[in-house]
Amino acid sequence: MGAWLTLVIFLPAAGAIGLWAVRRPEAVKWAALAITLAELLLSLPLWGAFDRTTATMQFVAEAPWIPRFDIFYRVGIDGISLPLILLTTALMPVCVICSWRSIDRRVKEFMISLLLMETAMIGVFSALDFVLFYVFWEAMLIPMYLIIGVWGGPKRLYAAIKFFLYTLAGSLLLLIALLALYFEGGRTFDLMKLMEASYGASFQFWIFWAFFLAFAIKVPMFPFHTWLPDAHVEAPTAGSVVLASVLLKMGAYGFLRFCLPMTPHASQLAMPGIAALSIVAILYGAYMALAQDDLKRLIAYSSVSHMGFVTLGIFVFNVQGVEGALLQMINHGITTGALFLCVGLLYERTHSRLISDYGGVARSMPRFAACLVIFALSSLGLPGTNSFVGEFLVLVGAFRVNPSVAALAALGLILAAVYLLWMVQRVVWGAGRPAVERLPDLSWREAATLVPLVGAVFWIGVYPEPLLAVMHHSVEHVVAQVGRDSLPDGVPLLVRWIAGRGTAP
Amino acid sequence: MTPTILFSDLVAILPEMIISVGACALLLLDLVLPKTARHWLAYLGLIILGAAGAATISLAAGQAELFGGLFILDPFSSYFKLLLYLATALTILLSIRYLQIERIHLGEYYAFLLFATCGLMVMVSGGDLITIFLGLELASVSLYILVGLNRHELRPIEASAKYFVLGSLSAAIFLYGMSLLFGATGTTNLGAAATALARGHGGPVLLMAMIFLLVGFGFKVAVVPFHMWTPDVYEGAPTSVTAYMSVAVKAATFAVFLRVFLEVFNPIKPHWTGWLIGLALATMVLGNLAAIVQQNIKRMLAYSSIAHAGYAMIGLIVGGELGTMSLMLYMAIYTLMNLGAFGVVILLRRTGVVGEQISDLSGLAKEHPAAALAMLIFMFSLAGLPPTAGFVAKFYLFMAAINAGLVWLAVAGVLLSAVSAYYYLRVVMVMYMKEPAGPIELAWSPPAVAALVIAAAATLFIGLYPAPLVGYTQDAILHLSLLR
Repeated sequence: MGAWLTLVIFLPAAGAIGLWAVRRPEAVKWAALAITLAELLLSLPLWGAFDRTTATMQFVAEAPWIPRFDIFYRVGIDGISLPLILLTTALMPVCVICSWRSIDRRVKEFMISLLLMETAMIGVFSALDFVLFYVFWEAMLIPMYLIIGVWGGPKRLYAAIKFFLYTLAGSLLLLIALLALYFEGGRTFDLMKLMEASYGASFQFWIFWAFFLAFAIKVPMFPFHTWLPDAHVEAPTAGSVVLASVLLKMGAYGFLRFCLPMTPHASQLAMPGIAALSIVAILYGAYMALAQDDLKRLIAYSSVSHMGFVTLGIFVFNVQGVEGALLQMINHGITTGALFLCVGLLYERTHSRLISDYGGVARSMPRFAACLVIFALSSLGLPGTNSFVGEFLVLVGAFRVNPSVAALAALGLILAAVYLLWMVQRVVWGAGRPAVERLPDLSWREAATLVPLVGAVFWIGVYPEPLLAVMHHSVEHVVAQVGRDSLPDGVPLLVRWIAGRGTAP
Repeated sequence: MTPTILFSDLVAILPEMIISVGACALLLLDLVLPKTARHWLAYLGLIILGAAGAATISLAAGQAELFGGLFILDPFSSYFKLLLYLATALTILLSIRYLQIERIHLGEYYAFLLFATCGLMVMVSGGDLITIFLGLELASVSLYILVGLNRHELRPIEASAKYFVLGSLSAAIFLYGMSLLFGATGTTNLGAAATALARGHGGPVLLMAMIFLLVGFGFKVAVVPFHMWTPDVYEGAPTSVTAYMSVAVKAATFAVFLRVFLEVFNPIKPHWTGWLIGLALATMVLGNLAAIVQQNIKRMLAYSSIAHAGYAMIGLIVGGELGTMSLMLYMAIYTLMNLGAFGVVILLRRTGVVGEQISDLSGLAKEHPAAALAMLIFMFSLAGLPPTAGFVAKFYLFMAAINAGLVWLAVAGVLLSAVSAYYYLRVVMVMYMKEPAGPIELAWSPPAVAALVIAAAATLFIGLYPAPLVGYTQDAILHLSLLR
């Protein structure tokens, strides 16, 4: 099955190369759709054949790459990466379909960029060699830069370069960290071996901060989030969807995959700080979302807020928190991706993203309005929808560590209800604007992108067990690796209190 | 010691002989060939390079000191010689059409290119400072002429004069360093000087010698603060000559730099590491920052090549196996990507249009997607992003730095390469995200296309599968005396 995973990783790239030969734009679109659908079908057996009773890597494949420096092509997945891979493969056909009309120039280049992105994203989630991981991680920047910069909105040049330089600066420190780990961890780039080795406290400290910068920028955590609203607003719909649904998850995945197992001590020491930053992100993101008049910007800030829950969940170091964070990553991918799709649909019709230009959309586009309301409710965490499960688990995890942290985070849920319902009220209900009155409702093509996501919202909301079962053992393994009870002596009282051990001062 | 010349010694310098005799033959042929048939000289030049390449490959495993230690044949020098052939061959391919457009399609061009290459080859094989100086001057004199080849225009003449004056000055300084070293050790032979130094000869005179030689090398590889000539000369010289200078001279000089500093000055390494670190940092900072504001792409690439010299210095500072191989790797990869980038600039030059402003690339992706894609690969590679070769190059350099405990230098390096991404990306941005100002015609020609395809394919291939090249560099330094 190792070869199968390799096939899943490289099918889109092979498809992208094949796409060069196709000439007609219409044919390019169909071919891209066929490739992404084939990729989705190809990735499903991974879900079926996945052994849910173990935390070890599965579908492992290995081939020499630069053997003299112990650099191998090593791939494999566990319960943390499998859901993210499936999220990626499931969303790519949606991205292709939603670009059907909105991308009207240089279609071929666009689809090639999208497919190359897909290979890089799946590669990031399945790499078991640090150099391989880094290559995929960085290679992703190039197509995303082009997607924002070539097919984006009016201020696309600024947004694209901001996105690129921000993430590049962070990832370059990751490069230094991985090289240092190579020498410290016994001259190997094998992630499994690097995770088993133990490192000195001060070494962990430096490595952690290098990791932290790279991943925090990608998540993005407050105060590294400033590239996100610009990138989201200027990117074409498919770019926003990929960015929100998959790219943001890579930072959180990095925290889970690298920080917790490799630098457990440093992670524990940083925990209060990261918890504080997460809460700031939750509240600040929500607060900023309240003030936005641009739909895409509003959703971008809501992403900052939601990703705050994810980082909080990861850094409480218990099974509920981490599982909740992982589930929340999937949920955010589905819900926020869907919200960006909805905004994209509106924008295609009216060429405006301003909330004030809408009103009474429910009258002219009832089916669309229903979908938008469902996704908004899911985003604010209504019970019965997917986000509720994830956010609830994160809050449970946080509560076990420190009730006041959980209480502060829960404030974010209230603010989310405020800005999302207010947005829905202004866009969907209210007096109909003349410009909105004659808008056509969802076409079959558009419905094909939204309906599966509606299904996913309710499936995870009502019966998340299959997903949790896949994650469970891997999450337990990570939590065991970080070792909750080994906070070193001499840690300030305040840190102990926020980390939930010892009594409050 | 009176050196006796054996037949086997002559075999060992067969590549140099092929190139120099071939260059003379080109000069003679130029007299009898009609003007319209000059491109045959270029193809003949390629054949000469091929023959020299074959000779070098068959000698590549050899390990010998010849002519009483004047000349060293080892896998290290063979590696750099092969690199020089590649650079020269790609330059020739890029030159043919370009020279016709610039109306400087002279037979001497190819001959001087080969003479310069021969000089650089003598340099990398030099076992004695005299030989090194001889090679350096042969290369320099040929390049003074090549830079000013377009004698009907002002810029090339200014560039040539500037290069000549500053080049002579640096040669004098280099020579002075040599004489000081001779005074301190009583020999100009690298091996003998190293032994003398290990026995404790030297003192302040030795430091002076080291500094003067450093200045001489620093000038040739364009290290800050000896870089002043670079932007003007790179801008003024014919683009194909610029391309050649930026890679071949740099690669060969770094090879000698390595040999002299790691072999001769190894005993006083603590005295020069600090100097070199300072120079490397200044070079990276100034090169990258100055490149940001350039509007002329040749000037931008000039500053970028200064910055890259700064990165390469890291390999020199670290030394040892990892440092040496990372520098060798860096030079090979840099040669490919930088020649490629200049190649695209050469395509933009057509009759009546200079095509040297970055804005001249506007909308290239729409008009000529293949050329834009090639440039995109070169730019991302120069910025050091995977999956291109530039990443591999930087990866090993930073690995060497971290292994030597110079983590902060590596951090400075990566942060500055994030800065460099800005100006490389600007080229990509202009090509892909701006509308063309008017129809862009490129000076396509089959040889130039071949050169670009080779460079782009190699840049991608090394980025995706670097193992063969990495292995080759490691094997080439296996028996290098300077590492023992």
